[in-house]
Parts: sequence; structure tokens; C-alpha cells
Amino acid sequence: MLNVLEDNTVNPVEPFLRSDRMPHIWCPGCGIGTTVNSFARALIESKIDLDSIALVSGIGCTGRVAGYVKLDSFHTTHGRAIPFATGLKLANPKLNVVVYSGDGDLSAIGGNHLIHAARRNIDLKVICVNNLIYAMTGGQTAPTTPGHATTSTNPYGTFEPAFNLPHLVDAAGAVYVARWTTFHVRQLARSISEAFAKKGFSFIEVISPCPTLYQRRNKMGDGLDTMKYYKEKSKVKNGAPTGEVGLTLNGEIAVGKFVDRERPDYQTLMRAQYVESLGERYIEVTGEAEPEMECACG
Amino acid sequence: MIVTPQVGDQVAKGRVSIVVERCKACGFCVEFCPTHVLALSSAFNSKGYHPPHVVHPEKCSGCDLCGMYCPDFAIYGTKTPDAKAASPKAQVAGGEK
Amino acid sequence: MRADPRGVLTGTHFIDGDHACCEGALAAGARFAAGYPITPSTEVVERFASRVPTVGGSFIQMEDELAASIALQGGVWGGAKAFTVTSGPGFSLMMEHIGYAAMTETPCVFVDVQRGGPSTGLPTLPAQADMMQARWGSHGDYEIIALCPNSPQECFDLTIKAFNLAEEFRVPVMFMMDEVVGHMTEKVVIPPAEQIEVVPRKHTRKSIEDYLPYGTNGDMVPEMAHAGEGYKFHVTGLTHDERGYPNMTPQTQDKLVRRLQNKIRAAADRICMFEEEELDTAEVVVVSYGITSRVAQRAIDLAREHGLGVGKLRLITAWPFPDKKISGLAPRVKAFVVPELNLGQMVREVERAAAGKARTFAVPHAGGGVHNPDEILNAIVEASRC
Repeated sequence: MLNVLEDNTVNPVEPFLRSDRMPHIWCPGCGIGTTVNSFARALIESKIDLDSIALVSGIGCTGRVAGYVKLDSFHTTHGRAIPFATGLKLANPKLNVVVYSGDGDLSAIGGNHLIHAARRNIDLKVICVNNLIYAMTGGQTAPTTPGHATTSTNPYGTFEPAFNLPHLVDAAGAVYVARWTTFHVRQLARSISEAFAKKGFSFIEVISPCPTLYQRRNKMGDGLDTMKYYKEKSKVKNGAPTGEVGLTLNGEIAVGKFVDRERPDYQTLMRAQYVESLGERYIEVTGEAEPEMECACG
Repeated sequence: MIVTPQVGDQVAKGRVSIVVERCKACGFCVEFCPTHVLALSSAFNSKGYHPPHVVHPEKCSGCDLCGMYCPDFAIYGTKTPDAKAASPKAQVAGGEK
Repeated sequence: MRADPRGVLTGTHFIDGDHACCEGALAAGARFAAGYPITPSTEVVERFASRVPTVGGSFIQMEDELAASIALQGGVWGGAKAFTVTSGPGFSLMMEHIGYAAMTETPCVFVDVQRGGPSTGLPTLPAQADMMQARWGSHGDYEIIALCPNSPQECFDLTIKAFNLAEEFRVPVMFMMDEVVGHMTEKVVIPPAEQIEVVPRKHTRKSIEDYLPYGTNGDMVPEMAHAGEGYKFHVTGLTHDERGYPNMTPQTQDKLVRRLQNKIRAAADRICMFEEEELDTAEVVVVSYGITSRVAQRAIDLAREHGLGVGKLRLITAWPFPDKKISGLAPRVKAFVVPELNLGQMVREVERAAAGKARTFAVPHAGGGVHNPDEILNAIVEASRC
């Protein structure tokens, strides 16, 4: 017996969605949509002007987030969301630039850009949905796939050591590093809000189910089973040394806010350097629209 | 007209809205509702999924955890006007670890 | 619209092509560049890095060409006119993002100061062997515009033109320099800002409700908006409809890629620029571009001294290729002579457009130096005898 209430309520997430594109393509039990809920809640909480947000994603299942959110959004090339986002931010420093992409996109093909943006401390908020696999293309090994997992390109089980993403970006210089799972909807929303309030390179990893590929191939049940696993096996370890938060196939998942430090962001450093070297000759890029210049010939 | 569900002394503080056609029956909302308001129904939407339905409407607190968990933006909870008037806070915390 | 005087270094200068290109970009209004060092192009962005903080822009040296070629596009969508500079190996790396710019209709300029290839090749020596790559280097069906300067002065003037064409047609423009033009020092006159015509961003005036990111009003070039203005638009490299939403059907694909192609081809007459000399009386026409056109000039002059009727057609626009010009000339002339610093690239286009109505003589050169004018002269003589 279906009990759908006809009322005048609105889904709090609806204003952030391109409703004309629903339902989305993500699989039943996939956690990406859940992360979008947390993202939307964080936007509401932070009271950010939605016009000021530019969301950039790469290629992959998580990359499709850009197409579903009602914000200025850019679905770019594989691995290159971060440099695109860097260009956006430098041309218009007023923008709040979010990079929303997957573990393969950000740490494999995009790995170089990830570490350099963290090194530079570019003011970007990076949400990395980590489903431990290349999902969109059918379940290949990712740099984050834990050892002994079965994937389509490691049919006999993976044997490569996996990236510990919080450790990687921490070492590269990120000022805010957190990890949650799609079970931790409120904490994730709070971390995203904290990242918005912080200037510099923020990286939030969200462990998420891929029931169709990763979970299925590794006989881990469906999305709900995975959420229950997250609930059971996550341990909140705020402030833990990032070297100790690596993931294993069925082991404990360390979650929490690992890094929250102060370092001047790229544009602050740039401004300081130019002011020191050029003094008054320096004209800063502000993001204000240039006044229209009329053609002298009429 | 919307009637606030009541069973015995328990008056619902919230209500659930379900966008049936978006649901993919993942079961998150059913599992994570702190007061077990929902269950998957035996009906189908046009894609063949069993959407949830409300089995204990009087237990709904309007916490919207269902909405926060739903990957398909297919369900959300809101507080009833009486509950909203009674409590100044917009949201009720609870249910997470 | 006139140029922003802050970026115009009015005066008479003695600078090389790379430096002149940078000044052209600044005069055109470029206020963002993302680059990666590669000989012989690096000076363009080195100068930009030094100039741009004083004119209200920024430069970032990215970690590789893949990053540079997309960061500049982020800059464009953030509101700036933007470009990057590279040479062969970097140009190869940038191909995916040239395709992305074409697909998303991001106006921008890619400068390729060509050097010997393939691969690492001859980093400090010239070639013109990226000409086909400029046109076809990325995957899929798309159209670009490519310009070939042959002097530092043209590196200034044509860079402005490149930016103007990019904005007018919302297309990536390839600025095909070569190592000699880039590193030769000549007089470059930069006029006052009021005399420099600059095409502004084709920014929409529509309201947020009415704006369609990829809608066209019959002119095939949609209006743009920038991030941060409230339009909340979506840009994707996936095949998309007028809303910018992914729509991966054969019908949408056909409509989209044909428009991307036609918006350039329909305006080819306007876009194709060339320098011509004595074409009406020519028996042989020398078709050349870039530094080779200056060597060819010597051969043409020598040939004329010997009484041969030689016309000159210097391609300033290499792509879209000026088909009509060649096919119009072909019935009236004996032959085309096409010297290039490569083993035969644009000569194929000449041959194609001539459609057998005139012969085509290639004068290839593997690169590393410029032709000896005698090589071109010999070809002209041979062509005149056919």
C-alpha cells in the first residue's frame, strides 16, 4: 500500500538539482547521490551565495554530479577537473570553486594535478567520492582498490599497493583533509561546510558503495549491505596521522577530520609576492567585470 | 486536507514525502529511519522498483534522515506545522553514530 | 571595441616574434595564460609573466601541458581572454583539450611555435610540420582556425586577429608560428590602443530564464555566460543539446557537430586571409606560409628576373584552407609550387583543391633550417616547363 502524501512540501535538496534531468543514471544503492545530499545541506548551512559557486568534475560516475546540480557546472576531461578549476579561480577569485570527482579521475590520470594543487594550496574544495574502482567503464582497478580485490583488469585479484588518499594530499600540502563514508551523512555535510569556510586546498574523501561492480565482484552484497558495513567498521579518528588511515579489503575504515591547518593559499602568496616586488604597479585580479569599452570609432 | 497521523497518544511530528518514480529501492531509507517508519512496498514504479511506503506514520519525527540518505532524491521528511511551531529548531539531530 | 590601453605597449620596438606575440595577446585583451616551458615558445609566456601582473591579469605555470591547456579554458569560463603557448611535443599533449575547446565552444588561442619533430626532434630549430596536426590532431569531427605569421610584426598583428576570431566564432584558434619567426628580431610597431580593434566576448544579454547556453539565433555561434553570474549553466564535453545537457543520440550528434563545422565553413570567405601578388598574370603560383614565404619571395623575385610569370599566394589563414582561391586559380595556371618546412602537408590541400586542373609541385624540407631559395627556384622553373 503506497502512501504518497500530496502536500506542498519541497525536498530541501530539490533547489540544488536539475530536476528536469531526474532520475539520474547512478545505480540502485550507489552512494554518489547520497553525497550530493550532504553537499546540498552544506550549501544551505554555509549560506553561500549559490551564484558564486562553480562546480567542476571530471569523467566517471562521480563526474556526472556536475550535470545534475543546478549550479554553474563544468563536466571536463578525465583527470583535469583540478587544473580547469584552477583557471576558473585565478580568472575570478570571487568564485567558490568545488571539484567533485572520483578516486580514479583524481588520483590516477589526475594524480599529478592533485598533488600540485595541494602543493600550491589553491583555494579549491575537492570532494573525492572513492568507490575503490573505475565504475563507469565497467569495474577496472583503481589506484585506491585495496589489495586482493577482484576487478575486471585484475581478475585474479589485485596485488598493487593502494593509495592512501588522505596521506597523499596531506603530504602534498592540503590544509583540510577529512574522510567519511556515505553512512556519515551529517558529518560529511559538516566537513563540506568547514571546507567552505576555509581558504586553501581542502580534500574530503567519501567512501561510497559501487554495488554493481566493486561490491558485486567481491561478493560484498548490495549498497545497503555496504552501508551497514560502513556503520559497523568505521571508526572516528579525528586528528589521526594520515599515514595510519589506509584502507584494506574488509577492514576498519578510519574516518574523521585528519588535517585542519593554516597555510596561506596560492592567491594570498601571489598577492604578497607581487606587492613586495611591484608595489603600486601591481594590479590585482579581482573578478569584477570589466567596464564595457566602447569602440572609439562609434 | 492533510491530517496529522495519530495512533493512540503518539502524534506524528513529521511527514514523509515520496517521489515514487525516482526510487530505485536501495533500502537506505527503510534501514536508517530511526523510528522505523518505512518499509518497501509490494507495488512497483514504472521502472519496476518497489518504492518504500509509510507503515508507522505516527512515529515520524520529520528528522529527514531518509532524505539525507536517499541517493535518488526520492524521499524526504518535513516537520508538521504543529511540531515546527513547538520547536524553534529547524532540524532534529539523531540517528547517526 | 577598442583595445584596453593598459595592455598596449604603444611604440616602435625591436623585438622577436615570441615577444611580439605576447604583446599582441595583451593588446587583444588576454588577461590569463597558463603555460608550460618548451623551446622555442617559452619566451612568450616569460614575457607575459612579467607584464601581466601590471595590467590586471595573471599567469600560472602549470605542471604540464595537459594542465595548461585546460586551465586556460577555466580562465575563459571565469571571464578572461586566455591562451597558452607550446611547441610540437606540448602541442601533442594538448590535443584532447583542443577538442574540448572546440566541443564546448570555448574561445581561446593555442600558440604553437613549431620546431623539428617528430618527438623531441630539434628543440631549437624550425619546422612547419604540425600543420595537419593543427587541423586534425584531436579526435572526432571539429573545425578550427589556424593563422601563420611570417614576421615579428605579424606575430603582433595576427595574434590580435587570432583572439578576435576566437571570440567571434567561439573556437580555439591555432597560432602556427615557427622557430625562426619566433626568434627573429625585427621592428614591430605597436599602434595606440584606439587604433586596435578588439572583438569582445560574445556575452549574452538574455535573462537567466531565457538563456540557452548552446542555443543559436541562426548565426550558429551561441552566446556565452561566465561562471558566477547566476546563469547556472552546464558545460560538458559530452554531446549536448541547446541547454548544454548531455544528449547522446545520433540526431543531437549530427546537429551539433555539423554546426561546429558549419559555423566556420560558412564564414570561410571572411576568415581566409592571404597575401597575393601577380596572380592574374601567373603561369606558376607559389603557395607558402610562415618563414618559408620569406625565402620563397627571394625565389619568386629571381624567377621573375628570368622572365617567368610567377604569382605569389601567401597563406595567412591556413585553416580553414582557402579552397575557393586555389580552385579558382587552378584552371588558369600551369602549376602550384608549394615549399614547406615539412615533407608535404599543406601541399596536399593545394593538390586537393586544384582537383587536377593544375599540377602541384611540392618543395619539401625536413626542417632544421630554412630552404635554400634555389631549391624553390628550381621547382618554379620545372613547374613553368610543364
